[in-house]
Amino acid sequence: MENNTNLKSGEFLVKEVNANEVFIPEEFNEEQLMIAQTCRDFIETEVYPNIDKVEKQDRELMKSMLKKSGDLGLMGISVAEEYGGFGQTFVTQMLAAETIGAGYSFSVAFMAHCGIGTLPIMYYGNEEQRRKYVTKLATGELLGAYCLTEPGAGSDANAGKTNAVLSADGKHYILNGQKMWITNAGFADVLTVFAKIDNDRVLSAFIVDANTPGVVVNPDEHKMGIKGSSTAQIFFNDVKVPVENLLGRRGEGFRIALSILHMGRIKLGANVLGAAKKAIDDSVRYANERKQFGVLISTFGTIKHKLAQQAIRVFVAESANYRVSKDIDELMVKYKAEGCDHGKAAIDAISHYAVEAAILKVYGSEMLDFIVDEGVQIHGGMGYSAEMAIERAYRDSRINRIFEGTNEINTILVVDTAMKRAMKGDFDLFGQAEELYASVDKITDGKPAMENYFEEKIRYIRNFKKATLLLIHAASKTFGKTLMHEQEVLNNIAVMIMEIYIAESTALRVQKLGSLRGEASIGLYKDMLDVFVYDTASKIRKSALDAIYSFADTAEADKLARAAEILSIVAGVNTKDARRRIADNMIGENKYTL
Amino acid sequence: MNILICLSNVPDTTTKIKLVDDNKNYEKTGIQWIINPWDELALTRALELKENADAKVEKVTVITLGGKEAEPTIRKALAIGADDAIRIDAEPQDAFFVASQLAEVIKKNMYDLILCGIESSDYNGSAVGGMLAELLDIPSVSAVSMININGGEISINREIDGGKEMVSVPAPLVTVVQKGIAKEPRIASMRGIMMAKTKPLNVVPAAPVESLTEYAGFELPKPKAACKMVSPDNVKELVDLLHNEAKVI
Repeated sequence: MENNTNLKSGEFLVKEVNANEVFIPEEFNEEQLMIAQTCRDFIETEVYPNIDKVEKQDRELMKSMLKKSGDLGLMGISVAEEYGGFGQTFVTQMLAAETIGAGYSFSVAFMAHCGIGTLPIMYYGNEEQRRKYVTKLATGELLGAYCLTEPGAGSDANAGKTNAVLSADGKHYILNGQKMWITNAGFADVLTVFAKIDNDRVLSAFIVDANTPGVVVNPDEHKMGIKGSSTAQIFFNDVKVPVENLLGRRGEGFRIALSILHMGRIKLGANVLGAAKKAIDDSVRYANERKQFGVLISTFGTIKHKLAQQAIRVFVAESANYRVSKDIDELMVKYKAEGCDHGKAAIDAISHYAVEAAILKVYGSEMLDFIVDEGVQIHGGMGYSAEMAIERAYRDSRINRIFEGTNEINTILVVDTAMKRAMKGDFDLFGQAEELYASVDKITDGKPAMENYFEEKIRYIRNFKKATLLLIHAASKTFGKTLMHEQEVLNNIAVMIMEIYIAESTALRVQKLGSLRGEASIGLYKDMLDVFVYDTASKIRKSALDAIYSFADTAEADKLARAAEILSIVAGVNTKDARRRIADNMIGENKYTL
Repeated sequence: MNILICLSNVPDTTTKIKLVDDNKNYEKTGIQWIINPWDELALTRALELKENADAKVEKVTVITLGGKEAEPTIRKALAIGADDAIRIDAEPQDAFFVASQLAEVIKKNMYDLILCGIESSDYNGSAVGGMLAELLDIPSVSAVSMININGGEISINREIDGGKEMVSVPAPLVTVVQKGIAKEPRIASMRGIMMAKTKPLNVVPAAPVESLTEYAGFELPKPKAACKMVSPDNVKELVDLLHNEAKVI
């Protein structure tokens, strides 16, 4: 596998990069840190003191919080300067999304407005539409919502029945239909609505002023979590939408919807980091206050194990997040140099990294669910009490595995997109896979006589990639085009791909950190990497074997299983001591520190 | 009217301090640095005054002692709304050193109103404001909880035992301000953060001032001792514990 920079989406499966080429969160500049501080200050002074009230569905309060964040300019972070925003880099956008992510349901309302509520018009609107709407969405003067899902069209978004017909005078589209699970429905001024014109097979997108006659918003849904955010059904009854409010071209809606979902997914990957760090802070603090058997529970190995696991998961997810964010920034620069405007360059660059976006979404939402679950457990009985922040965090977390494309759809997308991109010729997946398969009997773990710490870790990850390629080849050979219907096998492969991307991003981050700060100061980071790669090896092995035994005949299965075993060999790690060191550091500082 | 805020760059108040160099110093890497909270309130009040047309404030300047690493904190003040900034290129040693360095710069370009926080959250010396006024030979007012400017007249409230003292002082003067001087500190806006890059941050060399203090050592406070619960019905045990174990009565 050769070395190269600026990988295409999914290309990490067949190519390696040097640590000095990845971006790591320890490299945020002063301005980025100041923006993050502003987001944090806002959450602490405006959101936390009000969170109980908004949870009781005080919609006016939520609206005023959103407006205040607009006054501070936070809603303009992702919007180009010519439309009243601050045109920040994607890395900065993700950092802001992470920080706001600690804001419970406010975060959902804010991100829905800034992301799916604003960016479809920013990215696909014409000059007039951008001037009219984006400039006001960027300041919070107008609040936005995104209307895609329908009762019969959730994951299958193109199945929507909402219809648009041109009026007799040709001046309006007449919209009829029903949309559901619309975030910010209760107070949004501008709606991006997807509907099919006449008998079109694909969707078109429309900008609809929410006060147009015929737009009827139902009362809010009663939800498990994120209760502070307004979620409701919206009905469109003969709603007259001026023809100039068609967004993009006729029939372009589905593409817009998908692109915007890529963007939403990747931002969700950042959001959950902030929520996770807050939950860890709460967990550490509680463990440092709660006494049982005469001592603080933070002195117990079991609690340390939990705290360390929480820290490792968020750290590794964060490593992948900012790695791909920088890749997106670089691709955006390239597209702009080729003549794209800001909006097109941004959405094309984001959409390009669809494999990574799906990984961040799935991995991140599962990471957060794990962390809040263990957070409740660390709190014991108090964790079940609505008095504690962790109780709300637990309920709020659950939706992340469902919205922005369910984790099930996104897991399949990881494999599907990677294979499609390879077939398109973006990178050589199948050739390398075939080559490996041809010599499957001769596979070794490739351990040289001498290797340093990072060479060893990278070799493990290289082996995990080989196991994945072998599986992709064997499964493709067995199923051909019907592989896409073998969802269980696809899930096994997806788990391997996700673990690889996360593990590699972490290894590269720790290695770069070592070269920036000196090897002596990265002990805890190495502990995290050690534990994570050790755990990843078991997951790779299990996923590979699960897949192999589900489709290969005995001879083939023996051959592949032997290879999978060899390729998932890693040296033993004293995970107990490593986790204790990670936990003790947080216990000493009384917060998540890494 | 021109206002100057003397601004300390201090470790975040939740920082766990680690002592180094034989307990003569503390570990300065890995610390989150912030604007001293009292100075931040002073800055907030100065900005409030500037926004009030009657106060006729032309410019709000911040001044800090510190190396280049203090600049993020200074730029934060610019992002919050200060018009320009001065960094005196010297590490703060003690109150007299700081006051002298400040005085050397201020003498060359006098300000009408100088605001100092009542103390800094790292050393809590509460001495710089008074010393600075003395070195500049101008009046100073301490424990200030309210400042207003109207038609060039500066009216001030000070906290005194059991009440308030209201004074009016001609400019130039130093005010040493405490909590209550402004509402909440402000959050830097996106626009402010972008503008901060373009606002002047002038670096001036340190004056030859000698530090009068030699640090013999620091000591961390003792960890909190375990809490012993005594039943309210058992006053005798409480007295006994306070007398014989804690030895405080």
